[in-house]
Amino acid sequence: MMSEPGVLTIKPQAGPDDVLLRIIDLTLHFPTYRGVLGRQVGGIRAVDGVNLEVRRGRTLGLVGESGCGKTTTGRVILRLYDPTGGRIEFDGEDITHIQGKKLRRMRARMQMIFQDPQACLNPRMTVGSIIAEPLNEHRALKGKEKEKRTRELLDAVGLNPKFANRYPHEFSGGQRQRIGIARALALNPDFIVCDEPIAALDVSIQAQVVNLLKDLQEQFSLTYLFISHDLSMVRHLCEDVAVMYLGKVMELGPRDLIYKDPMHPYTKALLSAVPVPDPRVERARQRIILKGDLPSPANPPSGCRFRTRCPVAFDRCAAEQPAWRKVAGNRWVACHRAE
Amino acid sequence: MEVSDLQTVFWSRRTRIYAANGVSFHLNRGELLGVVGESGSGKSVTMMSLLRLLPSPPAEIVSGRVRLGDRDLLSLDPSEMRKVRGGEVGFIFQDPMTSLNPVFTVGYQLMEPLRKHLGLGRSEARKRAIELLSRVGIPSPQDRINDYPHQFSGGMCQRVMIAIALACDPKVLIADEPTTALDVTIQAQILELVQKLRQEMGMSVIWITHDLGVVAGIADRVMVMYGGLVVECAAADDLYANPRHPYTRALLETVPRADMAGQERLKSVGGQPPHLTVFPTSCPFAPRCPHAFDRCRSERPPLMPVGEGHDAACWWDVIEGSPRDDV
Ligand SMILES: Nc1ncnc2c1ncn2[C@@H]1O[C@H](COP(=O)(O)OP(=O)(O)OP(=O)(O)O)[C@@H](O)[C@H]1O
Ligand SMILES: Nc1ncnc2c1ncn2[C@@H]1O[C@H](COP(=O)(O)OP(=O)(O)O)[C@@H](O)[C@H]1O
Ligand code: SF4
Ligand code: SF4
Ligand SMILES: [Mg+2]
Ligand SMILES: [Mg+2]
Repeated sequence: MMSEPGVLTIKPQAGPDDVLLRIIDLTLHFPTYRGVLGRQVGGIRAVDGVNLEVRRGRTLGLVGESGCGKTTTGRVILRLYDPTGGRIEFDGEDITHIQGKKLRRMRARMQMIFQDPQACLNPRMTVGSIIAEPLNEHRALKGKEKEKRTRELLDAVGLNPKFANRYPHEFSGGQRQRIGIARALALNPDFIVCDEPIAALDVSIQAQVVNLLKDLQEQFSLTYLFISHDLSMVRHLCEDVAVMYLGKVMELGPRDLIYKDPMHPYTKALLSAVPVPDPRVERARQRIILKGDLPSPANPPSGCRFRTRCPVAFDRCAAEQPAWRKVAGNRWVACHRAE
Repeated sequence: MEVSDLQTVFWSRRTRIYAANGVSFHLNRGELLGVVGESGSGKSVTMMSLLRLLPSPPAEIVSGRVRLGDRDLLSLDPSEMRKVRGGEVGFIFQDPMTSLNPVFTVGYQLMEPLRKHLGLGRSEARKRAIELLSRVGIPSPQDRINDYPHQFSGGMCQRVMIAIALACDPKVLIADEPTTALDVTIQAQILELVQKLRQEMGMSVIWITHDLGVVAGIADRVMVMYGGLVVECAAADDLYANPRHPYTRALLETVPRADMAGQERLKSVGGQPPHLTVFPTSCPFAPRCPHAFDRCRSERPPLMPVGEGHDAACWWDVIEGSPRDDV
């Protein structure tokens, strides 16, 4: 059940191994059609066998190049798309195929924050009504109560409650992202998918928003899936990191292990490609430069899908898909070389 | 190349935007100058102004000189200016997808400047276009030359843009956020390519970005812009190790690093970048600056030498922790 709406409640804290969200072999294929009759000719395998665990009260960073399926994964988790296969467990419950009332109730507990704060705020609605919209949809609160809640939410994200009557265009990018965050918090969710929430913001504003996300997490016991291609920010914000490539997760583990001792060749290349703001460090670095581009997700390579760019691929990689294996405590990797 | 006191204003019916407010810098032969700053700090406007690429109206270059060799680009007549653009000065624009024309083949877009600037014939231009494509690392260029931009990935489009910019062996290359839209692994490919080409061709490069990491890896000198002004300029090592302007310091403190575990909370700069609707007569960073004092709000600090080849526009001495008393 949804917790009592009027107050921003504190949820019980849980131990570090308590998994809030578990995803098993999740797939989502977008059908592609051709011709006047719209015959289905194939599919884009945007998500193609993803395994993830997000621990309660923590942040899992999901990184990877554009088009690798990060956003789609986030959207399937929230059941904005119907999964093609696999299983989604949220708080111990299988939500892969739930419908109707059950789905509505679950949705209130899971929210999303988007990359482009401008595009998802209706320009003709006041900030107050944008934030209150989820409250209306879920018929959570009315009248005075609703106004009070809206003011509370604005305050929680560091905006002046008097701004409730203004329109989105009167705000800067960073402030609009705060409005998006306030709206996501309206129903007092447990879990928020943050889809590149700082990618469109200036460097000096990014830190403000990231600090806010951290504060809110603590205050409201939130669990985040933080989708990003900014590996520096992910190292700062996320306790766990999953590295995705062409619809599949290649490696998953605690942040410090992933960054200090990456096991998957793709993770290694990705980390070595991130520029560091220090000329002396940059000069001394050995970069692993990957050859070529991302293959098409409509037709991924056989065996290991990273093999066409992998600097250490060998015969077996084309013939056999590497298994998703647990190598230590919370550490998972899919590579023949990591066995 | 030497730019002095460049000032550009955008006029509209009701407002003016002071986008570049007296920008001065120089570019040494063979060096790579990194230009960093937040969105709206005037990086693109400055570079487009010196190439006279901004449509007027609304843009007006109010003052400035741009010396290249022994000429002032701002007083060249339009036909000479066209020869400079894409000839002596190559440039790459911000968004790779929009700057290649989707209706022409990649080959046509490469051959066009070769025929125009170097007066090459069709087959010669084609030969050179293929050579350029292979130089920027496009596989089987003789087949790809007839492709359209949409048949190329983002990274490949960016390589083509670089090939076009390099077509006429420019002395100066101006690259505006050439890797911002790309993934890090593709960005790494492009950065490696540019370093290689720079060694081979010995050109000078201006590289615009908002990523302090990208610049750290490739720049000889770095110039930081804020509110349409250059606020600090120094050799890359010096700037990163010893930033003297409060804004540069704040920027370097606020970005987390992928190579180190950081602190629990990011240091952040409060407030917003300036609006640029009035000409700055005070320090544009004053509303957000932890060291601001009276003088900052009444008098705009010019770029002043603070060390060997190191300039900063600030009334405060961050080393001494007191107002500068020598100016
Ligand atoms: N055509 C135009 N008309 C009006 N104002 C403009 C125009 N082009 C740029 N500006 C304004 O000039 C200022 C500087 O813009 P500029 O494009 O140089 O910023 P920038 O530093 O390149 O930013 P970014 O990092 O976003 O590319 C901004 O306030 C911008 O809104
Ligand atoms: N609605 C859609 N219809 C068809 N293909 C889609 C759709 N949304 C995403 N895709 C494709 O799915 C793949 C993964 O996309 P996405 O999840 O947006 O990647 P990311 O967020 O990692 O950049 C891409 O190839 C993309 O083009
Ligand atoms: S399985 Fe083979 S191709 Fe894939 S990452 Fe490992 S070594 Fe490379
Ligand atoms: S001049 Fe004053 S306000 Fe401007 S950066 Fe220096 S100390 Fe800060
Ligand atoms: Mg996405
Ligand atoms: Mg720009």
